[in-house]
Amino acid sequence: MTGRGLISSLLKGLSKTRHGFTDRLDSLISGAHGLDGGLRDEIEELLITADIGVVLTARILDDLSAWAAKNNVNPAEGTLRIKESLLSILEESEGAISAVDAPPAVVLVLGVNGTGKTTTIAKIAHDLTEHGKSVILAAGDTFRDAAVEQLTVWGDRLGVEVVSQKQGADPAAVAFDALVRAQTRGIDYLFVDTAGRLHTKYNLMEELKKIKRVLGDRMPAAPHETLLVLDAGIGQNNIAQAKKFHEEVGITGIVLTKLDGSAKGGAIFPLFADLRIPIKYIGVGEGADDLMPFDRHQFVEALFSQDGAAIRSNR
Amino acid sequence: MFDAISDKFNTIFSKVRGRARLSEENISEALREIRLALLEADVNFKVVKSFTASVRDKALGTEVTPRVTPGQQFIKIVHDELVGLLGIEGEGLSLSGPSPAVIMLVGLVGSGKTTTAGKLALHLSKKSRNTLMVAADTMRPAARNQLVSIGQRIGIEVFSNDREQSPNRICADALSYASKKGVDTVIIDTAGRLAVDEQLMGELAALKRAIAPREVLLVADSMSGQDAVTVAAKFHEALGLTGVILTKLDGDTRGGAALSIKAVSGAPIKFAGVGEKLEDLMPFEPGRMATRILGMGDIIGLVEKAQSAVDEKQAKDLERKVKKGDFSLDDFLDQIRSIKKMGSIEGILGMMPGMKGLPAKVDYREAEHELKKIEAIINSMTRRERDNHAIINGSRRKRIAAGSGTRVEDVNKLLKKYGAAKKMLKKLSKGGLKKIGRGNLPFPM
Repeated sequence: MTGRGLISSLLKGLSKTRHGFTDRLDSLISGAHGLDGGLRDEIEELLITADIGVVLTARILDDLSAWAAKNNVNPAEGTLRIKESLLSILEESEGAISAVDAPPAVVLVLGVNGTGKTTTIAKIAHDLTEHGKSVILAAGDTFRDAAVEQLTVWGDRLGVEVVSQKQGADPAAVAFDALVRAQTRGIDYLFVDTAGRLHTKYNLMEELKKIKRVLGDRMPAAPHETLLVLDAGIGQNNIAQAKKFHEEVGITGIVLTKLDGSAKGGAIFPLFADLRIPIKYIGVGEGADDLMPFDRHQFVEALFSQDGAAIRSNR
Repeated sequence: MFDAISDKFNTIFSKVRGRARLSEENISEALREIRLALLEADVNFKVVKSFTASVRDKALGTEVTPRVTPGQQFIKIVHDELVGLLGIEGEGLSLSGPSPAVIMLVGLVGSGKTTTAGKLALHLSKKSRNTLMVAADTMRPAARNQLVSIGQRIGIEVFSNDREQSPNRICADALSYASKKGVDTVIIDTAGRLAVDEQLMGELAALKRAIAPREVLLVADSMSGQDAVTVAAKFHEALGLTGVILTKLDGDTRGGAALSIKAVSGAPIKFAGVGEKLEDLMPFEPGRMATRILGMGDIIGLVEKAQSAVDEKQAKDLERKVKKGDFSLDDFLDQIRSIKKMGSIEGILGMMPGMKGLPAKVDYREAEHELKKIEAIINSMTRRERDNHAIINGSRRKRIAAGSGTRVEDVNKLLKKYGAAKKMLKKLSKGGLKKIGRGNLPFPM
């Protein structure tokens, strides 16, 4: 899951469309008159279509206008200025999952239906085992048909133990069993998968709280991480999801998945600006390797790509 | 469900309402706000642009009808335009022709194809179609098990072969099996994929050619963002979509992606997934989707209900009585009954704009129980008591409480409420009630 060479290949593939935009951007920034209306529209379109949202987009545009009006601008600086604005919003947004002094480190993984929780767990587990760590997975999605099997298939592929009960079992009980198992075996990391749930379902939020409580009762610091998995293809609802999950259960990190599609996942900007929850990984494919640490520079660069996948795995 | 966006619209419309007519100036102000609201609802940038342009044209060319405020007129234009774009209600599947009719479900990873396959199969089997589901997602681990297990739960057969990795071969086998077994409908669950992955899209197109489906349905997440247009366009280009199923509409998304998808593909939205249970599939309703995207609440439904609940003559009688000061307990009861005729309180509040904040705080069952109690109490009063509440003394109160199965405190409370209502109505009596009869409910817009 190295990201080396990615930016250059990304930029190469997309240089054509990027040039179109950047050239217009450069030529349209006129030092004395601030931001030209046509350019403003174009930047607005770029930011909005990346799902950055109207409020933050307006703020970035205002900032750019004010700056352009004040400075005698070298055209190439226009693009740079927007990128800087975007980068500054994401300052301190990067982070890795935390190591703990006394293992196991317990990682609870949540999200709405279909964001890629199970696949994300498999990918992180793969990365950890590659780095010589031991991992156990808890099949806490006892609701969806064959969710347990899905995680079990991944466990077999990765050579990692999966603790499960039958469909319909209490997910908190599964999590508890898995934690006991991880403690007895002296395992480094325990990942607890959960059933996808819409953040608006009160009862299902209570179920998550119970899982958290049960883990904490057994091991006071657990869960050490509560990761929220968000789908880059989702629009402004990603913000509602993060807010609600954070309010209800407390989130320590975000994983943004499906960035190998054409969606840019820009909702992460207003989301981070508001909640300051670090983005720990991004998902860029369906294979076990297709996970990268979140890199804000790379992410901002990818926003300016106008075609193809937002970010490609470099396997 | 709508929250902040609805508040914003309330502000816009109150701005427009105060003015005599729709002018270029106040339209562009409202259009700006609508543009923002649509963007916040995740409607694609370009789609919003063309939408607001066409609303502007329509609004400027329209005369304001008498007895309607400019704001109402404007809402109607926006709403009608949106409904028009979202398509026709209840556009079902076209499954006529030789058996079996094949339905192919396609979509991005995680949009809900497998669950939707189960929902659709259940829906069709209720319409007496002999349905077979085919597990052709050979990519996601245990996707086939998931479909098999769904099939078991709803009693619908699933064609699955764990040893076969080619979706084309699985489908070919499934179709010959279907012919032999006299199955008339086949639902094919395909692997989720990315629109930008040309190789995988090519494979899907090849599968489509091989199985000649009657319907190719895009399963799309209603929470999708701006990129929904790319997804819909690419899938449509590669496969020729015949319809769309929107999923996860039971959340709080404004669902602007629905408009984007329809706008770029032209494919009708046929169903909506509204819950985790396999029964939770509904025919798509453009009118409700439009109000949801706009965050307006179901004003139209509310006005219709109010009109059917309150008839003109009744309203006039009531008005006369109020003016004369003889609004009796019977009239009070009539009012309560007409509220009840409009449906549950939760339903009514849910339709009102600006009421979205309430659901968390109000216990509807409690409120409805309260209404029933009031009805029982008034029913236990004599004719004379209802006409003149002043005579209801302590012993009468005791009798009424016993007769209605309530407590004296309840009777006291009711009489107090009635007194307050009577006073308020007297103040409002100048034309306030007549408006209800015309369908103009006195709630703030």
